[in-house]
Amino acid sequence: MSGAISGYMVFAWSGVLLFGLGLFGFIAHRHLLRRLLAFNIMGSGAFLVLVGLAQDGRGVDPVPHAMVITGIVVAVASTALALVVFRRWYRASGRTDLPEDT
Amino acid sequence: MIGLWSVPLLFALPLALGILSLLVAPAWRARLIFIGLPLLVAASLDVLAGLATAGPQVYRLGDWIAPLGINLVVDGLAVGMILMTTLVASLSALYARVYLRDHPPASSFFWPLLWFLWAGMNGIWLAEDIFNLYVGLEVMGLAAVGMVALRATPQALAAAMRYLLAALLGSLAYLLGVALLYGAYGTLSMAGLQEAATNNATTQVALALIILGLLLKTALFPLHAWLPPAHGGALTPVSALLSALVIKGSFYILMRLWLVLGPEVTPELTAQLLGVLGAGAVFFGGWMAWRQHHLKQLVAYSTVAQIGYLFLFFPLVTNTSPEAARLAWDGTLMMLVAHALAKAALFLSAGNLILAVGSPQISHLVGISRFRPMSLFSFGLAGVSLMGLPPSGGFTAKWLLLHSAILSGQWWWLIVLFLGGLLSAAYIFKVFRMSFREGPQIDRSVTPPLTLDVVALVLAASAIVIGLFAHLPLHWLRMGSMLGMG
Amino acid sequence: MSLRTVFAGLLCLGVIIALGWAVLERPMPEENLPERVAEAMPESGVEHPITAVLLNFRSYDTLLEIAVLLLAVVVALALREAQPDRPEQMGLDNPLLRAVMAWLLPLILVVAGFLLWAGSYQPGGAFQAGAVLAAAGVLLRLAGVTTAWLDNATLMRAGLALGLLTFLGIGLLVMLPGVPFLTYPAEHAGALILLIELTLTLSIGLTLISLFRLTPPYADDPDDARRQETPKP
Repeated sequence: MSGAISGYMVFAWSGVLLFGLGLFGFIAHRHLLRRLLAFNIMGSGAFLVLVGLAQDGRGVDPVPHAMVITGIVVAVASTALALVVFRRWYRASGRTDLPEDT
Repeated sequence: MIGLWSVPLLFALPLALGILSLLVAPAWRARLIFIGLPLLVAASLDVLAGLATAGPQVYRLGDWIAPLGINLVVDGLAVGMILMTTLVASLSALYARVYLRDHPPASSFFWPLLWFLWAGMNGIWLAEDIFNLYVGLEVMGLAAVGMVALRATPQALAAAMRYLLAALLGSLAYLLGVALLYGAYGTLSMAGLQEAATNNATTQVALALIILGLLLKTALFPLHAWLPPAHGGALTPVSALLSALVIKGSFYILMRLWLVLGPEVTPELTAQLLGVLGAGAVFFGGWMAWRQHHLKQLVAYSTVAQIGYLFLFFPLVTNTSPEAARLAWDGTLMMLVAHALAKAALFLSAGNLILAVGSPQISHLVGISRFRPMSLFSFGLAGVSLMGLPPSGGFTAKWLLLHSAILSGQWWWLIVLFLGGLLSAAYIFKVFRMSFREGPQIDRSVTPPLTLDVVALVLAASAIVIGLFAHLPLHWLRMGSMLGMG
Repeated sequence: MSLRTVFAGLLCLGVIIALGWAVLERPMPEENLPERVAEAMPESGVEHPITAVLLNFRSYDTLLEIAVLLLAVVVALALREAQPDRPEQMGLDNPLLRAVMAWLLPLILVVAGFLLWAGSYQPGGAFQAGAVLAAAGVLLRLAGVTTAWLDNATLMRAGLALGLLTFLGIGLLVMLPGVPFLTYPAEHAGALILLIELTLTLSIGLTLISLFRLTPPYADDPDDARRQETPKP
């Protein structure tokens, strides 16, 4: 495809990079808080790809925007649930990572 | 319009009950099942009646036509899964009401989680929209994680955390695949994708992301590490729900999408690879199950193994003759349903045996056959189906898959079916050998409430019965199937 | 560099290359969904297309999304009951913070109300407004202000449930003339959506506040936490 660098494409490309970087963090780190942050970075990457790719060459599309809002709420809920479980786990075990996770 | 009320009730009712169970006094939470179960059974049967009289339907939420709105698909496959869910979840709920009396904090919060889980599963079975499936997966996944965490012991929290991380990573991979598909085809509806999708780099990468995400959530070998601690360590009714139903959700999505994208897009190499991973799961899971010392861990590894059979679907339907594909479809669905019934029965009867001897160790089952014959009988019946011995659902499923493999000339899958059955026999008989041995620990047995035994027996018996009357459910499941066989 | 890091690096590189390839080779969609949205806007009851998609065309997604939020609270409640917290510690007892709060709180409430109202014709809506409300709750908590209504479990749960119950109730009530779930009649769609958004804002705000309050308040020293739990003779 030609014209890959339209205004909206910048979002899609940043999304690709963010998703990759987040994935690296998610797997490379052991500390659960870092992995959660990495998960959120991956999520932002996926949202940017969703909006950027859909709008490139076609203009504003409200559907991916709405999907991203739904996605953000779901990500907030997942992150909150993970934090709740993580802090209970930390309190019960004193660990910030998962056992036999070496 | 057929199913006007019953279709939305399948998810709206559990959602409403989920909220209500937060509002009522703890003592009343379990009793809500006496309102919920009859209504859900009625709604499921009404949907089935609608399918039988009027054939497959599309339900337009908000009266908007896809791709603008979200449609639901009420075909044989969806209705089959709904009935399976209603049966297994209702029985597990009856079991849980009695079982959880001894687990005070968990007993009051199990109920809202159960209803939300149910809503999420019914949402997934009915979904026709790939983004809606993402939200449905999250409802089901987070409810399942919450159920694993309910025990709140350090082990339960670690298992829940591990499960959650796998589920989140899987969802994101799936979501990114959806983002690519929407970018390429401008639609989220499966029907729209079926028409528009062509074979190109974007579709292939999206498909790869979706497959990887869903494999992680289905716990297919070698991505299964989160499953045994989560399923084996949870409260018994939770183990049954998760192993019997929840892992099927992500497999179901994969199956539907595979057929929607069609043979032009789905690569044969990937299909073979999925089959090989399935074979790996059958061998590795069976071997690990045999090596376990904890009864419920054994059952959990048995799930890892049985998931493998489901994945023989992909090589058997991709670029094979219509007859072989039809047999593979029938066999896989029979396997899915029979495993749901048998695995729920196996987990529940294992829970009963553990209650009886007061220990999760298999070695402590010595002599239990004298005192708890009924629990052991349910365990054995469920085992018959898992091993694939006639006349069980597991046997019918393997028989159909075997025919499909022969017809399509892929004889190597026969080895998987045969050796897998032997491995299952090995771990089931390991439990039996211990139970029939006489030993010094025989006077320690306590009698669990009768309900617990009855529920496990009903599930185990259904796993057998479904094999005897397989033609009827298979006939429904084929209605409107995407293999084009009416 | 550990094996894990090398593996993560290779995987990350592979994913970026594959995604880049997918983005470069993307075909242009033939389906034009924005056009369909534009055509259906007059029947949606709102003027802003994103709100129309969220609360009318794809409102089923939003319904399930609220269930996901509630699920997180249910798990948080369950874990707190299984692993009880110490009596709640107050936040920073800082007079300056309290003085600023007195100014900030009304402002926050006005902003939340504006965001909710703005949602019908420009970016904004229930989630944004709910998040701002939650910020107010978090500030209150950090300043150690005791709020009887936030500590009242029954009231709190009713507030949490309100949004989803209203959403479900309206979705089912509109079916009475014999139309599918969530089909708002075009002439009342605006009012119904506003009512749903209003209750959702409140519930989303309370959900986020609850999630903040239900995590153990002290996570700095688990040994200390465990010592505190052992019953004193």
